Amino acid sequence: MEKFTKITAIAVPLDRVNVDTDAIIPKQFLKSIKRSGFGPNLFDEWRYLDLGEPGMDNSQRSVNPDFVLNKARYANAQILLARDNFGCGSSREHAPWALEDFGIRVIIAPSFADIFYNNCFKNGILPIILPESTVDELFQVVEAQEGAQLTVDLVQQTISSDDSLSHNIDIRFEIDQFRRHCLLEGLDEIGLTLAHSDDIRNYENKQKEITPWLFNTR
Amino acid sequence: MTAKTLYDKLWDSHVVRENDDGTSLLYIDRQLIHEVTSPQAFEGLRIANRQPWKLSANLATPDHNVPTTDREQGIADPIAKLQVDTLDENCDLFGITEFKMDDIRQGIVHVVSPEQGATLPGMTLVCGDSHTSTHGAFGTLAFGIGTSEVEHVLATQCLIQKKSKNMLVQVNGRLNAGVTAKDVILAIIGKIGTAGGTGYAIEFAGDAIRSLSMEGRMTLSNMAIEAGARAGMIAVDETTIEFVKDRPYAPRGELWQSAAEYWQNFHSDNGAHFYKTVTLEASDIQPQVTWGTSPEMTMSIDDTIPDPAMENDPVKKDGMKAALDYMGLTAGTPINEVPVDVVFIGSCTNSRIEDIRAAAEIAKDKKVADGVKQALVVPGSGLIKQQAEDEGLDKILTDAGFEWREPGCSMCLAMNADRLEPQERCASTSNRNFEGRQGQGGRTHLVSPAMAAAAAIAGHFVRIDTL
Repeated sequence: MEKFTKITAIAVPLDRVNVDTDAIIPKQFLKSIKRSGFGPNLFDEWRYLDLGEPGMDNSQRSVNPDFVLNKARYANAQILLARDNFGCGSSREHAPWALEDFGIRVIIAPSFADIFYNNCFKNGILPIILPESTVDELFQVVEAQEGAQLTVDLVQQTISSDDSLSHNIDIRFEIDQFRRHCLLEGLDEIGLTLAHSDDIRNYENKQKEITPWLFNTR
Repeated sequence: MTAKTLYDKLWDSHVVRENDDGTSLLYIDRQLIHEVTSPQAFEGLRIANRQPWKLSANLATPDHNVPTTDREQGIADPIAKLQVDTLDENCDLFGITEFKMDDIRQGIVHVVSPEQGATLPGMTLVCGDSHTSTHGAFGTLAFGIGTSEVEHVLATQCLIQKKSKNMLVQVNGRLNAGVTAKDVILAIIGKIGTAGGTGYAIEFAGDAIRSLSMEGRMTLSNMAIEAGARAGMIAVDETTIEFVKDRPYAPRGELWQSAAEYWQNFHSDNGAHFYKTVTLEASDIQPQVTWGTSPEMTMSIDDTIPDPAMENDPVKKDGMKAALDYMGLTAGTPINEVPVDVVFIGSCTNSRIEDIRAAAEIAKDKKVADGVKQALVVPGSGLIKQQAEDEGLDKILTDAGFEWREPGCSMCLAMNADRLEPQERCASTSNRNFEGRQGQGGRTHLVSPAMAAAAAIAGHFVRIDTL
């Protein structure tokens, strides 16, 4: 997994509550057996005016000019500002894969759906939960000034503005320390767990006495 | 001894070790696998040269992409076919039990596993699918995971988890006639909202829940995720144990005796602490129809479409306006005057034998209305299809003008050929009414199987007792 320490980037505001993973990456693209290549179809139904199918040349499709990700000022955004319950619905990890493939490394919202939140960390994406009023403030700042960049620093756990921004931003965020550690180091969680193989075997040996029916050969 | 909740007991009995940072290594007894969220996990195993930790813990079946007609022709869509073929190859290569497309036991994972007795009380169960919460109906800790975690479970039989908070949803009293488990869960989601359960493990309790069959309980737990909760569980009782008994994967003989005894403990103790409690009176719950693009946008069959002008919260007001616009509905219209184009009876929420019986009971000796372009019934598994045919239900339904299909996820998420056209309105027994869920531009109204069948007959939503 790619490490995450600090980025300075444009933030794109997606002003909508309950954005579900069907919207993030529609089902027709889930037929892929790969982890990569989902970026061009991120938010497909909102981004394009025609019906998207796998294998299409996306550069030939008509783009929805009103959708925020299509606006030139947000073209290189790596930070996504979002609203409550972002990532609800299906557990598809294709959603963070699509966001990551598009270039999004940070998502800031007042709340996330549990499975999506969890999936982000497996893919080098940092989801940040902030109070609604703080998220409102970020929406205002980002919408007010074109080209505004934010710096997200996972070591310091801060979001800050540089001199390009007239409004000074200095926000501290909280994050689970285990997840922070894994992101900072780009750790392989399976490797971490396998380091406890003896504990797993001990547990199994104990359980074989208590729930033997779960250890049948079948 | 401290009083524990059902969730506390399930959690505590599966902790392998507690890490210093507040996370736990949780042992997973059962993993269900389907074609959409597993290929990248198997690829990860191969790249790292890892083997599955415990082969017998896994059970696979293709469901999302499978066609519901002309099975012998195979899958027409080459990309979908590759995905199903990849599941077959991976299961064969690693030695994982799979019910392939031509196996009568094939079906929707969340229908197949309980049917086989592969879902047992007191266990932990995961699947790369959010509706894994279904299995909580058995007093099981069951939740959906992403593909990286599918790989993690394959390789280690464990997950690194942080414990959720306990929430109790209590439904007191007796359900009104014609009110089903689907109506109860929609009413619960309408009350607590789609994020109301985020961060929680829900336990459903109360007389109204106790009175439900296992099929009904599965419908209820299935949609816990629609309230934001990864897991939604129900205490073990006689109904649970009776359902599990003698199923192919259930323990037998002496093992059955000790298992059935062990499972009796999987209920919340008196005085156990819940962080949050929500109470509903069963008598307040009427048959439900969703009107918007989120499962919390639900209403009683007797009500009129809500007016965004009456909503004070500006974000909610905008959400309501956008939903009505997408759904092509006008505030103030009685929902029972809204015509439907398509009816879908199926999905991991409502494709079990009881659901098909409920639909057949409504459809008996009647005809699907002229205005309804298509009325689909898609059983949850090959065995349910067979049972329904043995009971003559397929005949009743096809005589009425319904199509009787092969098992799979079908139009719940429209990954296969079964989908809505733009602006088509569907009475659906599935679980999500998100924009585009059943096909781009399609309009989904979530309802019970009886309500869906009634809408097919009447051509519009209708109170079943007036049909």
